[in-house]
Amino acid sequence: MTAQALLQVLVSGLLMGLLYALIAAGLSLIFGLMDVVNFAHGEFLMLAMYATFGFVFATHLDPVIGIPLVAALLFIVGAFCYAAVVRYAMRAKANIGMVQIFSTFGLAIFLQGAAQYFLTPDYRSIQASWFGDKTLNLAGVFLPWPQILGGLVSVMAFGALYLLIARTDLGKALEATREDQGAVALVGIDKNRVFAIGWGLGAALVGLAGGVLAIFYYIHPQVGAAFGGIAYVTVALGGFGSVFGALVAGVIVGLVEAVTASILPPALKNIGIYALYLGVLFFRPSGLFGKL
Amino acid sequence: MSAPSVILETIDVTQRFGGLVANSNVSIKVGRGEILGLIGPNGAGKSTLFNAIAGARIPTSGRILFDGHDITALTAPDRCRLGIARTFQVPRSFDSMSVVENVMVGSFVRASNAREARQLALETLHFVGLGARVEDPAIQLTPPEKRRLEMARALATAPKLLLLDEVMTGLTPSEARLGVELIRKVRESGVTVVMVEHVMEIVMPLVDRAIVLHLGALLAEGKPTEIVRNDAVISAYLGDRHRAA
Amino acid sequence: MTQETQIPAQDLPHDAALTHFAKSRRNQLIRAAVIFAGIALVPLAVRDTYLQNVMILTLLYAAVSQCWNILGGYCGQISLGHALYFGIGAYATSVLYVNYAVLPWFGMALGGVLSAAVALLVGKLTFRLKGHYFAIATIVIAEIGLLLVHNWDYVGGALGIQWPITGDSWATLQFARNKLPYFYFALVFLIVTWLITFKIEDSSWGYGWRAVKDNPEAAESLGIEVFRSKMAAAALSAFFTAVGGGFYAAFVAYIDPESVMSFRFSLLFALPAVLGGIGTLWGATLGAALLIPLTEITRSYLGGSGSGIDLIIYGGLIMLVSLMKPEGLLSLFQFRKGRPA
Repeated sequence: MTAQALLQVLVSGLLMGLLYALIAAGLSLIFGLMDVVNFAHGEFLMLAMYATFGFVFATHLDPVIGIPLVAALLFIVGAFCYAAVVRYAMRAKANIGMVQIFSTFGLAIFLQGAAQYFLTPDYRSIQASWFGDKTLNLAGVFLPWPQILGGLVSVMAFGALYLLIARTDLGKALEATREDQGAVALVGIDKNRVFAIGWGLGAALVGLAGGVLAIFYYIHPQVGAAFGGIAYVTVALGGFGSVFGALVAGVIVGLVEAVTASILPPALKNIGIYALYLGVLFFRPSGLFGKL
Repeated sequence: MSAPSVILETIDVTQRFGGLVANSNVSIKVGRGEILGLIGPNGAGKSTLFNAIAGARIPTSGRILFDGHDITALTAPDRCRLGIARTFQVPRSFDSMSVVENVMVGSFVRASNAREARQLALETLHFVGLGARVEDPAIQLTPPEKRRLEMARALATAPKLLLLDEVMTGLTPSEARLGVELIRKVRESGVTVVMVEHVMEIVMPLVDRAIVLHLGALLAEGKPTEIVRNDAVISAYLGDRHRAA
Repeated sequence: MTQETQIPAQDLPHDAALTHFAKSRRNQLIRAAVIFAGIALVPLAVRDTYLQNVMILTLLYAAVSQCWNILGGYCGQISLGHALYFGIGAYATSVLYVNYAVLPWFGMALGGVLSAAVALLVGKLTFRLKGHYFAIATIVIAEIGLLLVHNWDYVGGALGIQWPITGDSWATLQFARNKLPYFYFALVFLIVTWLITFKIEDSSWGYGWRAVKDNPEAAESLGIEVFRSKMAAAALSAFFTAVGGGFYAAFVAYIDPESVMSFRFSLLFALPAVLGGIGTLWGATLGAALLIPLTEITRSYLGGSGSGIDLIIYGGLIMLVSLMKPEGLLSLFQFRKGRPA
């Protein structure tokens, strides 16, 4: 492999990795906040992609303009799913871990079914956009603009998330609730509201990712499953609950995937990520930055 | 040492958590058949020492000998088979099981089949006074009953040494009196008892001997009557507030 | 000593308590015999091949979910990767039969042993993990298995393995026209897994597993080797799951990676037990009896065009039951009356 080809692989991997990190961030945020794994996270991504598609279809505007709207919509979806499903799962008196796993699994299957019923199982894609199909030539390294956009959105989102957690009252409320759910009630913080906002934020983050992904990826009811799978590996790799860990792990996953894909046949492209995951599992069972 | 033979001995047990020293060079001896109180104010290192003896955590340095074995590095299940049983500060009943099933988990250590395990469990439950609740789900027990269940579970393993972690805390005076009777009965059946307690008043009438820890180190040991008059113990418990008053 | 410590008035003689328990165990067996006999008679009334197929699948899923229940329900380790063990059984049986003419009966047994060995390996890697880490690790490991089989030409790669067409025979477990033998095989398989669970419930392993599920630290203090305990549950669970996989391969006579090892199956093995009542004797059977006909029939009648209605019903049902009856639907029936759940 020439140096240039290697650079091509690494930069593509980095950009894709930033997008994976963005997808995983919401999952990690929710887990850190309340110890719940949202198994419908991939389906949130799928909804975001359809929402972007719908935005373009309805307004004929560029999908990039729609991304903030999609994120806002996903915030509502996330908060609603908390209020309608997860809130009750957390009240279960028996088998609480199991109830959390299977209620969000049920939600995932339900959302897939709903997408199939209302939007048909057809593959769709956004035909024309400012960024679609265009590449940037950097000294012989070709970078697709949508991926560059994804990388930028991801970096900005992580920056905003950092500021939100470190600098705002909402961030403090999130942090306090994560530390001690009982104590926050005493200082007048409504735990349910904080959790709903947490779910909203988590879904909004994946909404951003879905908005970008819709520009260059096929949209169909099962699209969430594949990306969801990568998100779980990413979060497990970075350490559950560690948003910063998700960023690092996402980039690692992107790089490993790109390198594997350049060496092995496409059918085996996930083997690198999986091997990495097994290695981490063996040597650091709680992930790179996780605390158990 | 007042006891004729020593069943448990810790030699220079030290436990560090990062920079914090929770136990420093603690050496104690427990005589066979005695009731020993391990007391001390909050943060004295009682629980740390308790966990080192129970096998929940291996000490940073030092040795622990039990009944002729060096158990310093043994796992909790191995210690159980050698004859050490324990309760937990916050009761940990098996909540998906009935009361008798909880105790059967313990009695299987020595029973060869389920019928025998059940028989032993029933006997133990009668011994601790839970005979009327054997078929109830463990989750329905009141907190003092859960303490008894833990005692029964531990006793069902037929221990030589029973470690009790704050079993009296939070009981009403009449419940505590019942608890005291039960612990005496346990000793009468030939089991050595080590009990960690924060509240001195409860344990002093019960124990043969008390060991006081303070700031991770051994502060005093002796008969309860001596301990309650020991100036170092009094100031450790009451701190400067007492001296100022 | 005061009288306060003893409650002799309420004491039951131990013999009476033991006899009472033995009697309730016997009653459970009698009830099971009646239920299974009842199931055995159903095909006499239902002659429709499609419905018989649904019943065979229901019994098979009930049995495999019963196996999952050993690890997930009794020992509390929520595996979402049991498709791996099912796949190992299906592939071992198929490869041995198609390539080496080894009868499926032996194939199922060998597949079971292989699967148990793999489960021990997986356990070594994953049983240190807690809660969600464990569940996700099992998903990923099963996906790795799927990926490897996909790319392994020796076992047919993505194309899978087609069983040769032969005459009807119990030796090769091939019945082309009359599906009833499969029905009875699946029923006996379910009875076997039920009896094993029944036997284990009142054994040191059974109590040990439930203790590990409820509170591992307390279990350790009572002499239970938690890790070894989980390993035993995993091996037993994987062995019989693989037997189920081998049977499934013989039943459908054609397997490919997606049709025996995809994540969908891992979910399908866990769900009946979860919906019916986790860690109970009848939960898996009850759950399968509701879930499998519902999904099969909605798929055939509503979802044939990929409309998604079947998924909406399926997902909605999972959500509803897990939220409203977290202890499982079995609690509605009070099967375990006389014995606390």
